[in-house]
Amino acid sequence: MSGKPRIAFFSFTSCEGCQLQVLNCEDEMLDILAAVDIVNFREAIDDRHDDYDIAFVEGAFSRQCDRAELEHIRTCAKIVVAFGACATTGGLNVLKNFRGVEKAMKAVYGDRAGWYETVPAQPIEAIIKVDHRIYGCPPHKGEFLEVVKSLLAGRKPQIPDYPVCVECKLKENVCLYHKGQYCMGVVARAGCTAWCPSYGGRCYACRGLISDPNSRAAKDILNEFGLTVEQIMGEFQLFNGCNDVAKQY
Amino acid sequence: MGKNLDINVHHLTRVEGHGNIVVRAVNGKVEQCALNIVEAPRVFESMIEGLSWRDTAILTCRICGICSVGHTNASIQATDDAFGLKITPEVLAIRKLMMMAEEIQSHVLHVYFLAAPDAFAAPSVIPLAASHPDVVVRALKLKKIGNVVCEALAGRHVHPISMVPGGWSYVPPKSALLRIKEYLQACGKDIDATVDIVASIKDKFPNFERQREDVSLTCPDEYAFYNGNLKSSKTGVIDYHDYGKFIKEKCVEHSTSKHVHNVEESLAVGALSRFNNNHPQLNARGQAAARKLGLKAPCYNPYANNFAQTVEIAHCFDEAMKLVDQLLKMDLSEATLSPAVKPKAGRGVGLTEVPRGTLVHDYTYDEKGVCTKANCIIPTGMNLGNIDRDMQKYVPEVINTRTQEQIAHDLEMLVRAYDPCISCSVHLLDVKWV
Repeated sequence: MSGKPRIAFFSFTSCEGCQLQVLNCEDEMLDILAAVDIVNFREAIDDRHDDYDIAFVEGAFSRQCDRAELEHIRTCAKIVVAFGACATTGGLNVLKNFRGVEKAMKAVYGDRAGWYETVPAQPIEAIIKVDHRIYGCPPHKGEFLEVVKSLLAGRKPQIPDYPVCVECKLKENVCLYHKGQYCMGVVARAGCTAWCPSYGGRCYACRGLISDPNSRAAKDILNEFGLTVEQIMGEFQLFNGCNDVAKQY
Repeated sequence: MGKNLDINVHHLTRVEGHGNIVVRAVNGKVEQCALNIVEAPRVFESMIEGLSWRDTAILTCRICGICSVGHTNASIQATDDAFGLKITPEVLAIRKLMMMAEEIQSHVLHVYFLAAPDAFAAPSVIPLAASHPDVVVRALKLKKIGNVVCEALAGRHVHPISMVPGGWSYVPPKSALLRIKEYLQACGKDIDATVDIVASIKDKFPNFERQREDVSLTCPDEYAFYNGNLKSSKTGVIDYHDYGKFIKEKCVEHSTSKHVHNVEESLAVGALSRFNNNHPQLNARGQAAARKLGLKAPCYNPYANNFAQTVEIAHCFDEAMKLVDQLLKMDLSEATLSPAVKPKAGRGVGLTEVPRGTLVHDYTYDEKGVCTKANCIIPTGMNLGNIDRDMQKYVPEVINTRTQEQIAHDLEMLVRAYDPCISCSVHLLDVKWV
């Protein structure tokens, strides 16, 4: 066996788009494979092992039967990285919590809803200790590579803790508020290079909120542009439903 | 004494999502044979309800990372349909190019990374990087087509940003189109080499047939991907709004899954179904690939889905080239691309061919454009009944000639040939076998 670090990927409630973002590192793929041993990656390889150094965990926690597996991963891995929006914030899955889990299950599965087990969606940190986080839906390939490189070099990954507005200004995008649209960039964590506003979208804070968001000022801005409380909360609920801000009303 | 089999493939690998294969045979008689879907419930439809038309595609593209463009396409077409929005030829060409890029990327990923390791008797593509580096480099180069195209036009492939109802929210500069063209031009030989390599490993896939009903979109003008009406090989063509006439869901006593059927017990969707239904419309490159692979319609070997995907890689590649040339001649500007959306109350339906088959999004909006009812039917879900019936025919055929280990491997390859996208399918169906 080589002395290369052993990496494992796991997925819980998610679209597996984060793992696809790993496969999307086409130009870096052969270098990644030269630097690490990938020992679990069900989407692409047959092998399965319990002996790994770093676990990348995609997806939200949404059923009790996944608890033991998450705890097992924590026991096996020296480093656990929450990978992507579902794992770090609960992601879009949290919307169902606001709809009422029982009602949501009944709407989809009808009178057989009782056959399936589910609980309100939460970030995996609600269940196990997480050492590092890769934010975003989808995560930015650059951030994934930064985290891999940092962990291999034994240093702390550099993840921004300032709002998307900073990156958006650097890109010289016209502010969406000035175009009569709304945007969460004011309180959302940067690191995506203002991806959505640069391609005609709005920021819905898929990377979560910065650690000290000025949410009152953000709400004032939203109010100034004539949005209702429901619309504002809808914006917070989309990707940050587990954040206290979304629960303030 | 007949043979006993006890196969339990827990968390089948090289597929998207979590599924188990369970087979039990006692004394030569197959008692149980099924694909068990064990993905966590995701209840997407209930989350769509209450969302604004602006957000329906933002949510539903997250049903699947791999077919993110396809979900967006079905979603925005449903919204276009509900509001009666007309799109410009420029928007249509960009949307179609995005679809071609995703078909190529997804099929390349499946054929090279997920299916081919079986033919090379490798557990994954990773050992092939050492033993067949040229093949892996080619696979990565072709897979990247999806990212090169979608990054240039919509910011990214996974959850594309600029694909919105009624138009396109970003004006791609001409330089971006030229970059796409340059990248595609550098890939032509690799497309031909892909057809050659799949032709060379063709015999590694089992020779097995089971008659089936093929369902796909069909279009008078082209081999249908973007949109079309719904065609069944058994019951003809209907308007796509009436999809419920062909795609009927039924409860199965031994399973909590709603299986899909039309006239038979199950039906099939995906690359092979599209090929069987629409093969005369393949372009010259696609036809040539089909000849080289010896693929003739109707083909009832489910393992041949891998070959149909290869044919579609060749076809979509030339279609993508045509679309880029078309776009280079067009005036891409805010005037031709920007969406003008005025919500109105009503129902809209969007059907599209994603890599794994026909995808349905069906929304009802209120007068403010808030979604009040949603239904999504996912191709993997439509294929589940067919996969079970293939396995139930295959196992008795080989039970006396192949070992338990060989049969388990054949079944893994069978499920994999359908290229199932399991996390997609669980939003509305789940299978429990007792």
